[in-house]
Amino acid sequence: MTEVQIDSAAVAPAAAVPSPRPPLFGRSREAVTGWLFVLPFAVLLVAFLLLPMAYALKLSLYRSTLIEGEHFAWFDNYKQAFQDPLVRQGVGRVLVFGLVQTPVMIGLALLAALLIDHATSRFSRVFRLAAFVPYAVPVVIGTLMWGFLYGQETGPFSLLHIDFLSSSWVLASLGNVVTWQWAGYNMIVLYAALQGLPREVYESARIDGAGPVQLALRIKTPMIGSALILATLFTILGTLQFFTEPLILQPLNPGSITQHYTPNVYAYHQAFSFQQYNYSAAISFLLGAVVFVGSYLFLFATRKRSAL
Amino acid sequence: MTSTKERAGIFPNVVMGLMAVYFLLPFWWLLVAATKDNDGLFQSAPLWFADFHLAGNLETVFTQENGIYLIWLRNSLLYAVVSGVGATVVSALAGYAFAKLRFPGRTTLFALLLGLIMVPATALVLPTYLLMSQAGLVDSIWAVILPSLLNPFGVYLLRVYTHESVPDEMLEAARIDGAGEFRVFRSVALPAMRPALVTVLLFSMVASWNNFFLPLVMLSDDHLFPLTVGLRTWYMSAILGNGGSALFNVIVTGALVAILPLIVAFLLLQRYWRGGLTIGAVK
Repeated sequence: MTEVQIDSAAVAPAAAVPSPRPPLFGRSREAVTGWLFVLPFAVLLVAFLLLPMAYALKLSLYRSTLIEGEHFAWFDNYKQAFQDPLVRQGVGRVLVFGLVQTPVMIGLALLAALLIDHATSRFSRVFRLAAFVPYAVPVVIGTLMWGFLYGQETGPFSLLHIDFLSSSWVLASLGNVVTWQWAGYNMIVLYAALQGLPREVYESARIDGAGPVQLALRIKTPMIGSALILATLFTILGTLQFFTEPLILQPLNPGSITQHYTPNVYAYHQAFSFQQYNYSAAISFLLGAVVFVGSYLFLFATRKRSAL
Repeated sequence: MTSTKERAGIFPNVVMGLMAVYFLLPFWWLLVAATKDNDGLFQSAPLWFADFHLAGNLETVFTQENGIYLIWLRNSLLYAVVSGVGATVVSALAGYAFAKLRFPGRTTLFALLLGLIMVPATALVLPTYLLMSQAGLVDSIWAVILPSLLNPFGVYLLRVYTHESVPDEMLEAARIDGAGEFRVFRSVALPAMRPALVTVLLFSMVASWNNFFLPLVMLSDDHLFPLTVGLRTWYMSAILGNGGSALFNVIVTGALVAILPLIVAFLLLQRYWRGGLTIGAVK
C-alpha cells in the first residue's frame, strides 16, 4: 500500500505543483517512511540480537536431566560456572593473555604509526601496506600458516629448538598470531588519528627544541589518547572472546590446547561435543555480560578522553 | 604538510625494515611452501624453493574430493557478496532514516542500537543456532547469510556520515520538486553517501569472507561450507590422519589460493580501507 504511495510520488513529474506539505500530513507520512526505512534493520535487530540474548538467558536458567526433563533451575548453571575450575582456568588464561598481548600489540602499532607519521618516504608507504596486509587474511588461514611456521620440520625456527605449542610456550605463540594479524590494523587507526592532529603544534614544539623522539612521546602520543583507548578497548574485547586461533591449533597439541582452553572454546565444546546447551548458554551469557559491562565501564571511566 | 616532511634517519628505517620482515614472513613462507610437494614441505629448507610442484598442487586442490574446494570458494564468494550487499542496503536505509527522517521511536531505537553495539557476536552464536534449528533453517545458506545482515556498527557509521555530509537543503529541494521519500533517498542521499557505503560494503564483505564461528556452528553439509570451515576440516584430517585424503601441501596451496583474491582486492581498494578506519575516528 505504502509502496504504491511512494511510487506515485516518484513518477510525479518534477513540474507538478510544488505544494508545500501540510505539516500534519507531512509529519505522519514522514513517520511512516521513517519506520519503513528502519524496518529491515529493526527486524534483524530483534531476530538476531534481542531474541538470541533473551533465549540464551532463558536457556541458562533451565536445566535438562533425563529424569526430570527440562526444568527451571534458577542460577544453578551460573553457580556451577563460578565453581568450575575449568572455567576459572580459562578466564585466568584470557586475562593473562589480554594483559600481556594487548600492551605489546598496541605498543607495536603505536611505534609503527609514529614511524610512518614521521617519515613520508616510499619505503614507509610500502611498510604501511606490509603491516596492514595480515588483517586481510582470514583468521583461520593466518593461524594455519603460523601452525606450519611453528612446526619443527615445516617452519624456519627449528634452530631455536623451541616447541612453540608446548604448554609453556603456547600462550605466547597464540599471542604472536593475534599480534601479527591485528597490529597493522591498529597501526592504521592510530596513524589516521595522528594525521588528524594540527601540524602547528609540531612547529612550536620544534622551535622549543623538541627532537623527533620527544615530539613523538610528549606531543603526538598524548594527543591521540582517545584513539589509543578505543584500540585498547577493542583488543581486550577480542581477547576475552578468544576462540578461533586455539580451536585451529588444538589438534597440533591437544595436551596443551585443551577443550577448555578459553571460556569460548569451553562453551563451544560444552554445546557441540557434549550437548550441554544450558550450561554452555550460561557460560556464553556470562562472558557476553562481562564483555558488555566491561566495555561500557571502560568507556565511561575514560569518557573525557575518548571520542565515544 | 610538506613542512613537516623530513628525511627519516637510519634508525626508523631499520625498525620499519625489521617489522616488515615480521609481517611478510608468513606470506613468503606460504608462497614458497605452495610450490612443494608433501615431502618437500617437511624435508627442504622452509624459506626457499625446492622441487617445483605448484602446478601439481593446484591441480590437486581443485580436483580433491571431486573439486569440493571450488564449491567452498563459490560458497565463500556467495556468502560474502549476498551478506555484504544485504548488510549495506539495510544499514544505508536505517542510517539515512536515523540521520534525516523524524519518526516516533527514533531516539529510543538509536539508543538501543548504541547500547547493543558492544554485545559480543560470539556470545550469540549458540542461541542463534538453537533458534534457527527450531525454525528449520540450520544447515542452509540462510543460516549463514541472515545473521550476517545485521551490522549495527555499519548503521552507526552511515548515520554519522549522512548526518554530516548530506545537507538537509538538498533533500528539501528534491521534496519540493515533488520527489517521493524513496526517490529522495535513492537519487539525492545515496550518491552523497557513496564513500561511506563503499567502506561499509567492503568491511561487511571481508567480515563475511573471514567468518568462521557462525558457519562452523550452523553448517554440517560440507557442500555448504565456506573456505574457512572447509580448509579446517582438511587440516584436521591431515593432522589426525583419519581417512581424509588431503595432505599438507594441498592445504597450503588451498590457503594461498584463498587469500590471493583478498590481497588483490585489498591492494586495489586501499583508499577505501583507510577511509573506513578514518570515518570511525572522525565524529
